[in-house]
Amino acid sequence: MARTRYASDPGLIARMGATMFLLGLVFTGFVLALFFVLDYYGSRHGGGGGGSGLVVFAVLIGAAVAFGGYYWSDKIALNTARARLVTPQQAPELHGIIDRICALADMPKPRVAISPMNMPNAFATGRSSKVAVVCVTQGLLQRLDPRELEGVLAHEMSHVAHKDVAVMTIASFLGIVAALLVRMGFYAELFGGGRGRGGGRGGNNQNALPVMLLVMLVGVVVYAISFLLIRLLSRYRELSADRSGALLTGQPSARASALVKVTGDMARIPTRDLRQAEPLNAFYFAPALSGKSGDMSLSNLFSTHPSLQKRLAQLDKISKQLGSAS
Amino acid sequence: MGFLDTLLGRTKPVPPNLDALFALPSAAITLQAAMDVNPTGTGSVCFRAAEGRAFSDIEKDLRDLLNMGDNKTPVEVSADSYGFTWLVCRHSADDIEGLVTDLHAVNSSLENGGFGPQLLCTILSFRDPAARPLGLVYLYKRGTFYPFAPQPGQRRDNALELQVRGSLGDDLKIEPDLGRWFPVWGAPGL
Repeated sequence: MARTRYASDPGLIARMGATMFLLGLVFTGFVLALFFVLDYYGSRHGGGGGGSGLVVFAVLIGAAVAFGGYYWSDKIALNTARARLVTPQQAPELHGIIDRICALADMPKPRVAISPMNMPNAFATGRSSKVAVVCVTQGLLQRLDPRELEGVLAHEMSHVAHKDVAVMTIASFLGIVAALLVRMGFYAELFGGGRGRGGGRGGNNQNALPVMLLVMLVGVVVYAISFLLIRLLSRYRELSADRSGALLTGQPSARASALVKVTGDMARIPTRDLRQAEPLNAFYFAPALSGKSGDMSLSNLFSTHPSLQKRLAQLDKISKQLGSAS
Repeated sequence: MGFLDTLLGRTKPVPPNLDALFALPSAAITLQAAMDVNPTGTGSVCFRAAEGRAFSDIEKDLRDLLNMGDNKTPVEVSADSYGFTWLVCRHSADDIEGLVTDLHAVNSSLENGGFGPQLLCTILSFRDPAARPLGLVYLYKRGTFYPFAPQPGQRRDNALELQVRGSLGDDLKIEPDLGRWFPVWGAPGL
């Protein structure tokens, strides 16, 4: 058995595992709390009012939204970026780099797309490695040299290999449900409450009102916590993709220089363009709306990507590991 | 990749499969007999150099090792535009065994240094009766071979490639997924 230089990072894996565990815990708590609230009122007043119907409705819509986002992730992202698929004849260099990464990583070749945007960025999406798409913007192709481009593409292909679209869909599913519950509870109260006072079912509606409020409260809390945890998870997934990509090509420094170039460039781009790009942020390898990268700031807590310093520090470490003799 | 690896977002580098290379000499004979396609005695190994001292040391040792042998022409080293390194070994056209042994030396020293996952492919070069180039490409990570017949203007002679697949089916494990027959334009030594 040949020895290997590719040690995994137990710290990163442990932190990611802990994050997922907490997410699971929050969601279990969410479901239990909903049960208790509905059950309590149901047994006391006979029928949970609008509450349980609302929950079922929210779960159904949430499932539909999450599944739709998952199933059509490639089309949605490509449309938002106004990207078009390119053949090997149209972009021989780009295809050549991706061919080689696929052969090195032993993975099927994804489709390749180019977006006409001038903002330097790249993303990978698609529900499985068979229908995955790797997309780069025109701005990225112009700014990076082939080695840096390879680093960026290896990072994106690692997202595909890690099935990050599926993982993040599952992780955000109950967050979507919680957000829907809050919103629907709000509207139900607004309209349902008004109708109740006028109609003949006043008794039932008076009970239903606090149920709605409680359901909304649970929804708000779950949404807030899961939002932070999902962002944390997203940052860890980015770090893992950085790591796998750098190990795959054996060139952590090229990856680092691509990151520096792109994030440095993005700070100079006018905000209007950046706002337009915001919906795609979670897929990008460097977020379009990056603020100042302090280490423990609030914006870091909310961001989908780790700070530049953190990413560079990790790449430095990998570079040292690869270079050390013995 | 396992479920846990997906969950934790980690990929293990794929180790190369080295032994299948030794099936090449008999495959060369089959090609000669069936299609009059002859080896040129040139073969090359392509790998992605990792940054840092450790890899450059191994690369240097490797060159010294191959140049020390009794083959008169030394190994040529070149880098392609994608940043990959090619080591080209030239033997006489009838010494395929010696060539494969040299190529294997490159593989095993990279693997012993812990850089096995950096290996991309090995190409053995042939000429068809019309002197057009044909390469047999070995994909280390898949453990499979595929033919690559480049033509001017970045086109491939698919007919020739499929014909080669037909006649080599018994000798070599040919890559079944045509989508992985990656072109290697401008490969040194081809």
